[in-house]
Amino acid sequence: MKLYDAAAVLRSKNSGPFEITVDALFDHAATYNKIKQSGIINKETISKLYNIAPEEITEIVFFDQALGFKVTFARGVSSGSFLDRDVYGAQQHAPLMDLEVEV
Amino acid sequence: MNMEEYKILAPCGMLGYGFPKASFQKGMEHKPDAIVVDAGSTDAGPHKLGAGTAIVSKQACKKDLELMITAGAAAGIPVIIGSAGGSGARIHVEWTQSIVMEIVKEHRLSDLNIAVIWADIPHEAVKASLAAGQCEPLNMTVKPLTEERLEATTRIVAQMGHEPIIQALEAGADIIICGRAYDPSPFAAAAIHNGFDPALSYHLGKILECAALCADPGTTKDSMLGILKKDSFIIKPLNDKRKCTTISVAAHTFYEKDHPYLLHGPGLILDLEQCTFTELGDGSVEVRGSRVHETHVYKIKLEGAMRTAYRTFVVAGVRDPLLISRIEEVEELVRQQVQEYYDDISESDYEIRFINYGLNGVMGQLEPTPTPGHELGIVVDVVAKTQELADMICSSARSTFLHYGYEGRKATAGNLAFPFAPSDVPFGAVYEFSVYHLMETRDALEMFTCEFIQGGSR
Repeated sequence: MKLYDAAAVLRSKNSGPFEITVDALFDHAATYNKIKQSGIINKETISKLYNIAPEEITEIVFFDQALGFKVTFARGVSSGSFLDRDVYGAQQHAPLMDLEVEV
Repeated sequence: MNMEEYKILAPCGMLGYGFPKASFQKGMEHKPDAIVVDAGSTDAGPHKLGAGTAIVSKQACKKDLELMITAGAAAGIPVIIGSAGGSGARIHVEWTQSIVMEIVKEHRLSDLNIAVIWADIPHEAVKASLAAGQCEPLNMTVKPLTEERLEATTRIVAQMGHEPIIQALEAGADIIICGRAYDPSPFAAAAIHNGFDPALSYHLGKILECAALCADPGTTKDSMLGILKKDSFIIKPLNDKRKCTTISVAAHTFYEKDHPYLLHGPGLILDLEQCTFTELGDGSVEVRGSRVHETHVYKIKLEGAMRTAYRTFVVAGVRDPLLISRIEEVEELVRQQVQEYYDDISESDYEIRFINYGLNGVMGQLEPTPTPGHELGIVVDVVAKTQELADMICSSARSTFLHYGYEGRKATAGNLAFPFAPSDVPFGAVYEFSVYHLMETRDALEMFTCEFIQGGSR
């Protein structure tokens, strides 16, 4: 199943002007736990999906109470500066959409 | 004072975004102890801080404030505005202050005590702090703050914690207009001032600063009530259309932060890992277990913006499949031709970029599927040292692109479809965050001065 279909919320946003943070949230504990335990959400996966160096990824954290995980990485260009393409960082979740996950 | 409960009404997630009057009134019926609203954000980029402009219109801001101030005055409870005017610098605070004074005058509320807390940080203070090694960039991609960049920075603010706001409350303020503040701090200040747990107060503030965004369906344009108790707090929607769930509130805890449960603020770290979220069955959620740690050294977050260039852009569409198939190659040729034509102008004085919507316009290099659609939207974006230069280069790039005779072309009348006439849009100044640093301070109050204004008399 694609992560986009498994998740109830898949969103991205700035966490400050120098970082993008991507959140995936799930409706069911079983789905969340299976994805968490599969270990597929790691630096290697994110780095490949986003075509960024692993060092630029600052956080990959699961938060059980919210049934969700968060991925945060450095922005190539800070929000609203010349060459930025997404001032709010709100459309940067797409590469994670097609990730195949087992649920 | 020994209160069992402390209630905060958050009218909306951003002052000026508006909220249903009915939700607000319902909130007032719960007899809140304070009305608190966040007015700030760096979301829209560095322009507002750099240019000294507001995020919302004066009329929108006044519409919200009028309800809040008159209700607050009638109930005899404080009204606190965080990060006034959006960026919370002097110019933004003064803008908000003038709106507050208008309302106070129009409603004859001149006996209200109005406090203003300034959050502007002098350049010299930052310079000294840098020299002393007490000022560090917050993120890995923040550029080094050279003397030149510091000088070019138009204004610098810092996020205040709850302490200066508590000081204003202690001095009897009815309305507090805060300069730049850590978003949860104005909420936390009201509660901590009345003896409630700082960890719960801050966590409540983190949720209330976006008002109904933590509910389902979520929005920043509706009111919420926060009820603090000794060991927990309750988040309560004020509109029957919305309810909070365990997940919606827990998820909001990690909204737009870099970490789901470790949240950094001035002088503190909020640790929400052990929190529990419980649905109460009436659409509200109770939260327990929030923790807070004071940091060893008190640091405040600085924000400063500098003008980097001026911009002119063109929006156009391309439909010809042959041109679409080689769009990036043709754009590079257009760029080269403009450079060759203006060989008397230094290439470092301007930059041209093409944003190809329908190909990789949104994600650029991060785009995993750069497959063009049957038509492309193109933005020719030019920045330069002056507006005149940006206008000239943009005009040249547009006309070169329009008539560029790429190899194999059959559509010899023109390459671009313009939706607007004139096609070129002079945009004005472009800014970037030049200061995004953590600065050590002696204490929480050192950089934030509070001033009282006699209601309506000034």
